[in-house]
Amino acid sequence: MAFTLPDLPYSHDALAPFMSKETLEYHHDKHHQAYVTNGNNALKGTQWENKDLEEIVKGSFGKNPAVFNNAGQHYNHMLFWKWMKPGGGGDKLPGKLKNAVERDLGGLAKAKADFIAAGVGQFGSGWCWIAVKDGKLTIDKTPNGESPLVKGATPILGCDVWEHSYYIDYRNARPKYLEAFWDHLINWEEVDQQLARAG
Amino acid sequence: MDRRESLKLIGSAAFAAAGGFLAPTLAQAQAPAADGPFKLPPLGYPFEALEPHIDAQTMMIHHDRHHAAYVNACNQIAKDVPALGTTPIEQTLTDAAYIPVQLQQQVKNNLGGHWNHSFFWELMKPGGAKEPSSELKSAIGGSWKDVDEFKERLNAAGVGRFGSGWAWLVVNKDKKLELISTANQDTPIPLGAKPVIGVDVWEHAYYLKYQNRRPDYLKAWWNTVNWDKASENFKKAMA
Repeated sequence: MAFTLPDLPYSHDALAPFMSKETLEYHHDKHHQAYVTNGNNALKGTQWENKDLEEIVKGSFGKNPAVFNNAGQHYNHMLFWKWMKPGGGGDKLPGKLKNAVERDLGGLAKAKADFIAAGVGQFGSGWCWIAVKDGKLTIDKTPNGESPLVKGATPILGCDVWEHSYYIDYRNARPKYLEAFWDHLINWEEVDQQLARAG
Repeated sequence: MDRRESLKLIGSAAFAAAGGFLAPTLAQAQAPAADGPFKLPPLGYPFEALEPHIDAQTMMIHHDRHHAAYVNACNQIAKDVPALGTTPIEQTLTDAAYIPVQLQQQVKNNLGGHWNHSFFWELMKPGGAKEPSSELKSAIGGSWKDVDEFKERLNAAGVGRFGSGWAWLVVNKDKKLELISTANQDTPIPLGAKPVIGVDVWEHAYYLKYQNRRPDYLKAWWNTVNWDKASENFKKAMA
């Protein structure tokens, strides 16, 4: 099934000042669009051409970099836009999610510190995550277009730490960007729903 | 001044008249330098010297923050592993077995970042030749149709590097010219290759001016290449 670029679930200026209109214009309209376009080109004539996105990501990992890189980044960005909302972030977690964070990640303060450390520690381009594996939450990081999906886990929250995600607004200050993402942007209700689906 | 205006300003000739802008930003930028064996080399030319191809703000952040961070990290590690500070950099990059295992990746990243950027600043030093030496030109002609085609191939290697990294023209182990690309801050050194030309394709190298347009950055970047330095690199590599 061919990839298509989804609309942002909010306007381009909705996440300012924590993520600017200009950043979202480039990030969504140009970068994500390029993964969609290049992904569709790379998929042509391969065994994954008519598969669904998760199957393509898992199936092409380690086998076909052109397909995997673009499909992986398409998958990651599809989720990333939904993981943010205006007026999000902070400590207003829905009950089930809050309990899981307490149980598996040592509480919200520790989860925040560990999530930010994962993002800062991802050298080069990549992502940091909260994922569900074997019924437990874990914090992880991955390079480039990879995700917990290729490690048999299900991501329920991720933050893009490619420089294109923050360079316009934060320059080299990746920790400040991650802190703003956590404090002001995360759509905890969406994370909670994904936790419920991941089981 | 909002960010967009400041970028426009910096990208224009009006930048020189706005000298007040860089100084305070620069003062904030300087992390306290960790004392130690590794030093941030001076850029060797003003931040604005590569305008309009590479903007002054990019050069400032790239040198004073990104490169400085690699140097500081090396000095931090050298506090625990003093041998890092006394071993020639290229030797450590080739064989880091003497570094504790849990620090090897950090050394590779930060020492590689220090080496790559030190190489990069010198390669772009203004005022040098605009053409390769006859020896380098003829070697390029032996592998590609001409210098223009070679530039296109190197640019393609840079565009093809998914994520962060570098594209290189190296003299390989067999003393032949070769185009390679490396991920993140990996250097060509452990391959036994000697770099002649190298270009940074981390997004921080071009995002403020070129955003998602890496091919445009690479095309413009050739205007900054000091072919005297590239030719000297080639001569040493072939010696």
